Amino acid sequence: MPVRIQIEDFDVSAEIAALRGDNPAIGAVASFIGLVRDANAGERVSEITLEHYPGMTETALQDIVDEAKARWDIVDVLVIHRIGALRPTDQIVLVAVAGAHRGAAFAACEFVMDYLKTRAPFWKKERTPAGGRWVDARSSDDAAAERWVR
Amino acid sequence: MENSDLAQKSRASAAQAETIDILYFARLREAFGVASERMVLPRTIATAGALRAHLHARGGPWATEFAADRPVRVAVNQVIARAETPLRAGDEVAFLPPVTGG
Repeated sequence: MPVRIQIEDFDVSAEIAALRGDNPAIGAVASFIGLVRDANAGERVSEITLEHYPGMTETALQDIVDEAKARWDIVDVLVIHRIGALRPTDQIVLVAVAGAHRGAAFAACEFVMDYLKTRAPFWKKERTPAGGRWVDARSSDDAAAERWVR
Repeated sequence: MENSDLAQKSRASAAQAETIDILYFARLREAFGVASERMVLPRTIATAGALRAHLHARGGPWATEFAADRPVRVAVNQVIARAETPLRAGDEVAFLPPVTGG
């Protein structure tokens, strides 16, 4: 399954091995791993909680993967996104793109992350010393996604 | 199936057919204190934008969160929609704060 939403952690090596399989046409795998930081917007963060819109999230991510496959000459894409309570240093998201060459794999990986950030219905709530707060969307994320619009 | 069962089933689906399900996520769910509601769709509400205006008129947190300058998006049947997107009985309408995954 190229798109997975899960509470459990993931093993990057095992996931990439599964993505590659024994396909000798794959010459490059580009991957991105998103992690929980211990600070945001000037405050210490002790925990985040990730919420999503079941059903729509899977569809939105699959649409992004399909678009990446249509735009670049790549073999396969894997997206894993965790939900629930996470702590600093925990893994949040894995995007891995396998292809014949690195150029397309790098570009498609960045594209999938940029679109995921701005189009997939996930929301983060942070716990800080001042209490809980919903994370604000960043205009820099919108700008990053805008680069790919054509 | 007995005719009475059929009639009952038909009435049930007719009642369902006049309603929409509304979902609220993240900040909105907390502000309203409710994750979802089933609403009988008034004839006056034909679009997603009209529904937002209707909810805004409830006042209090509804007025705050659905103020015109708040960046709330709407999805109809799990697809991002626009204010002019028509609503039909049986639709699932979700109000979404700006997304912050990844």
